[in-house]
Amino acid sequence: MYMNICRVLCRPKKYALLVALVMITVFTDVPASAEDQRTASNQLNGKLVVTGSSTVAPLIAEMGKQFESLHSNVRIDVQTGGSSRGIADARQGLADIGMVSRAMKDDERDLQAFPVAHDGVCIILHRENPVQALADEQIVAIYTGKVTNWKTAGGTDAPITVVNKADGRSTLEVFLQYFKLRASDVKAHVVIGDNEQGVKTVAGNRTAIGYVSIGTAEYDATHGAPIKLLPIGEVPASSESVRKGVFPLSRPLHLVTKTSPSGLAKSFIEYAQSKAVHDLIRQQYFVPLAD
Amino acid sequence: MLNTLEPHPGGWERLATTFVWSAAALVTATFCWLLGDIIWHGLSHISWAFLTTPPRNAGREGGIGPILVSTLLILGVCLGVAVPLGVGTAVLLAEFTTDTSLFGRLTRRSLDVLSGVPSIVFGLFGNAFFCKTLGLGFSILSGGLTLACMVLPILIRSTEEGFRTVPTGYRLSAAALGLSRTTTLLYLLLPAAVPGLLVGLVLGVGRAIAETAALIFTSGYVDRMPQSLLDSGRALSVHIFDLSMNVSGGDSHAYASALVLIFALLAINGATSWLTKHWLSRRIVTV
Amino acid sequence: MTSSDNNILSRWPTDRLLLWLLRGTAAIAGSIVLLIVLFLVLDALPALQHIGIARFFTDPSWHPAEHFYNLTPMLWGTLFATIGAVLVATPLGILSAVFCQYYAPPALGRLYRKLIELLAGIPSVVYGFWGLVVLVPLIGAIHPPGPSLLAGIVILTIMILPTIALMADASLASIPPQYLRGAAALGLPRWATIRGVVFPAAKSGLFTGVILGTGRAIGETMAILMVCGNVVQAPQGLFDPVRTLTANIALEMAYALGNHRAALFVSGLFLMGMIAALVGAADRISREKIYA
Repeated sequence: MYMNICRVLCRPKKYALLVALVMITVFTDVPASAEDQRTASNQLNGKLVVTGSSTVAPLIAEMGKQFESLHSNVRIDVQTGGSSRGIADARQGLADIGMVSRAMKDDERDLQAFPVAHDGVCIILHRENPVQALADEQIVAIYTGKVTNWKTAGGTDAPITVVNKADGRSTLEVFLQYFKLRASDVKAHVVIGDNEQGVKTVAGNRTAIGYVSIGTAEYDATHGAPIKLLPIGEVPASSESVRKGVFPLSRPLHLVTKTSPSGLAKSFIEYAQSKAVHDLIRQQYFVPLAD
Repeated sequence: MLNTLEPHPGGWERLATTFVWSAAALVTATFCWLLGDIIWHGLSHISWAFLTTPPRNAGREGGIGPILVSTLLILGVCLGVAVPLGVGTAVLLAEFTTDTSLFGRLTRRSLDVLSGVPSIVFGLFGNAFFCKTLGLGFSILSGGLTLACMVLPILIRSTEEGFRTVPTGYRLSAAALGLSRTTTLLYLLLPAAVPGLLVGLVLGVGRAIAETAALIFTSGYVDRMPQSLLDSGRALSVHIFDLSMNVSGGDSHAYASALVLIFALLAINGATSWLTKHWLSRRIVTV
Repeated sequence: MTSSDNNILSRWPTDRLLLWLLRGTAAIAGSIVLLIVLFLVLDALPALQHIGIARFFTDPSWHPAEHFYNLTPMLWGTLFATIGAVLVATPLGILSAVFCQYYAPPALGRLYRKLIELLAGIPSVVYGFWGLVVLVPLIGAIHPPGPSLLAGIVILTIMILPTIALMADASLASIPPQYLRGAAALGLPRWATIRGVVFPAAKSGLFTGVILGTGRAIGETMAILMVCGNVVQAPQGLFDPVRTLTANIALEMAYALGNHRAALFVSGLFLMGMIAALVGAADRISREKIYA
């Protein structure tokens, strides 16, 4: 070992830098700030920051890409984080446009809201559950814990697993509002977040009942997930019913701005509300605005 | 080294052997199940085009090219910041403070607390601090720095363990030879502590590359090819999360992306240990 | 190991420079946690003022929309899930390391280590996804509803196992070979050597691994959210669904406003408090047992 130390000492100092800070120096071209570029002019250019609901984000991101392909000097940056983040960021000016996946509330009247699409909420069961339809009162009884076995609801003898959404989610609000329930009335066995989680939970449990966004449920049901969509009242649960405006459980998807939009934000919102994006909206399994 | 020993025929010995092998078998089985599931669903979608083209139709079609680039950049920033900071702190804790000193204990405990901070809190913190207060916005830089905060405890604690295991004789002999502590550190202790650092790197890279919640709020969701470190860029794990939880019909590409992530990790781990060993072999002949 | 400032050997100017450099890095690393706490407190302040600490324990339930903010069921959820996972993962992880070092043929040991390294880097969302489509239906078939404390414990165990196993492996690998030769010379059988010589020599590394693993278990968010069922209740058994504090933040932050949002930051603070308490307790134990 002493030999070793001597050898080390005798050696010329060759410092091979291992630290990979190189990456930072490679990317040094800092773009001019978005503020400078956001000058209003007839030619659209600049950057638009859109933040908010994770439900709406994939849709707006696709719209943004199409918009970018029409206007080569425009960049649309879409960020997620939830509806409340869309509201907060639009209010504080951190984002040019916020995305909100629910109806606007009374204390949000200070913001300008622009609907871009609709989304329905429907009840789903496992495909092998013999129950074909449930009356509104039955659904209320199941969700409030008064009916706990499928036998009483017209099915086989098995305990019901109630799948509910987390507090504050807009699908929950739509659901509670239609069935005139309070959040604390619901006796859930499973609480979920996103729609896909709901579909997978019900698909993996033959005795479960849940509610999710119609677009998601329709897609998964037609692509092999063992779930089925229950009609509400007499109205079948489908995008078509939502588009016709006859399906009772639906929510609007909004873009919001702090002040009346102008320039780039204005033209993007107009584009997002135009017929040109209806195909895109259907591709993302939402329902376009009525003609 | 103990492999050369004949197991003693005693009952405890046999019981222990059974336990050790079955623990390993259990872990391997679980892992194979998990990995098999991912490979089964994902392998058929991986192609050169998938790795290089940008995503289309919210990720259901197209590939993950820009996302792969963003992920590597975020990881680069994270390690570029966390490794110097982490090694420096570990050296201070292991070599320049005693186990009982207040500063050392406070730092060590605060790092332990940091290691338990939930990733979503890191995300909200990174968003408030790096994106807003420091004005970096949604960017690869914000994401990398947030991740650096996250992997620091793992990196520091394992490097520190590496230093702890270096026999005191090394330090004493170096001191006896009149070496400066800087020299002792650079030529003797650091190379000897590399195995610990390596474990920290593997765990840290693993945690960083797998992180979702902290990145959604910092490096963001934009799936365009990043032009600079100040651009927002979607990380692979965020992409997987979005595809599996938010985009109906995204499952198959989510599996494929997860498989790519695992391959990337394998490559990075391999490169890390090769680089370190290469570097080690140049510095010091035997330990 | 040896103290610094008054060390007579520290007469080199580079040493002083180095020391200050290291102190700088340590100060930065140590202060991150303070920054995070500060940030949490700032955001939680409205809730602490309007609601008050006591109501987070005494309210009838957690229904922020109706202004009820009881966090205790979620404290239990976090606690049970973490303790369960650590209890299972610690022996599995340490035995895995023992397997790598002393039982497996070298090639198999290397392969096994690679496997655990990979396990460390699988995104939590993939674990969650797998748990949701494979594990949860499996548990549901045994005892409905399926999403449960048990599912959470299993997923958390898999997630923290690599941390414990790799830390343990590194500290076993660095045990001076003389110890093992000594044990061999005494004719000690394999397990007796491991229990009597290896574990005591490596305890600091083993302990650090468990602490880091526990931290990760407490802080895990995405995977636990997908498999635990997230019902706000104190679990009565392994098959009951639970909600952890982290899942609570992740589930509700997206739509939370005003007091609800602030209350979620309070749960973040609680979480930090729990971790600090745990670390404090571990510090105690380690000072008495490990580094003594």
